[in-house]
Amino acid sequence: MADFQLWCFYAFAAITVGAALAVISVRNPVHAALCLVLTFFSTACTWLLADAEFLAIALVLVYVGAVMVLFLFVVMMLDLDLDPLREGFVRGLPFGLVVAVVMLLEMLALIGVRAMQIAPPPEAAAAAGQSNIEWLATALFTEFLLPFEVAALILTVGIVAAIPLTLRRRAGVKAQDVGRQVRTNPRDRVRVVKMAAVKPAANPESTTP
Amino acid sequence: MITLAHYLTLGAILFCIAVAGVFINRKNVIVLLMAIELMLLAVNTNFIAFSRWLGDPSGQVFVFFILTVAAAEAAIGLAILVVLFRNRATINVTEIDSMKG
Repeated sequence: MADFQLWCFYAFAAITVGAALAVISVRNPVHAALCLVLTFFSTACTWLLADAEFLAIALVLVYVGAVMVLFLFVVMMLDLDLDPLREGFVRGLPFGLVVAVVMLLEMLALIGVRAMQIAPPPEAAAAAGQSNIEWLATALFTEFLLPFEVAALILTVGIVAAIPLTLRRRAGVKAQDVGRQVRTNPRDRVRVVKMAAVKPAANPESTTP
Repeated sequence: MITLAHYLTLGAILFCIAVAGVFINRKNVIVLLMAIELMLLAVNTNFIAFSRWLGDPSGQVFVFFILTVAAAEAAIGLAILVVLFRNRATINVTEIDSMKG
């Protein structure tokens, strides 16, 4: 059973790494966004193997469901000319690879892959007789209540900031402005004139040219 | 048996791929944003692994907050990108130099 989990982890990790490599190397940004979706999904699978069920589902819902759809919207809305964006790809490749490989080696030396072969302890949530979501929510709504509310505030600020950034008033568009329609005063439009109800005297000589 | 080193190695590999992506795609803002998302994912993987191995819920709570902030960041980043494309008709980083002295 444990061995089966290990092979599952290797499979998901391999898909994650392959898809992440595709994200940074494919030419078309739409394909890159779709590969990023695959990366998130297989990472969520590895999180499930670490007993983080709530966050794995939240990653799929929030990232794949919302953020990546937003990315795809934007990528498809922009009419991109890809060739100038790709130049410099080959020139930056060796430098980027060297930096990434050296950083990876340093990190692996720091982790001490052989030293950290620690078997997982019994799951803390199950030991407390709770599900993962109860365990997480207990911490979130007691110790971290203020940060939780600040996070809600940050999301609200994000929405409020994104709307005026992309709002655009074009001149010369004949659209209804409901606010101005409601604010209209009838006295500005129609003037009632009081005058005597008599016909003006007919004067045929002066009207004929 | 999955060990802590497996998760940390996966996180390190993802982070390095993202750094390489920043270097080789330095003209395309969209791929740069995607590389940032990959970095956040690598950090989240480390948080989850340590939370599991230390039996402490704080790590998972932090992942929750990182997801929140990353969602707000992606929304504002893409909004800025749309405004930039509307005004300059390009997202090439090398052409966006109007603030250069």
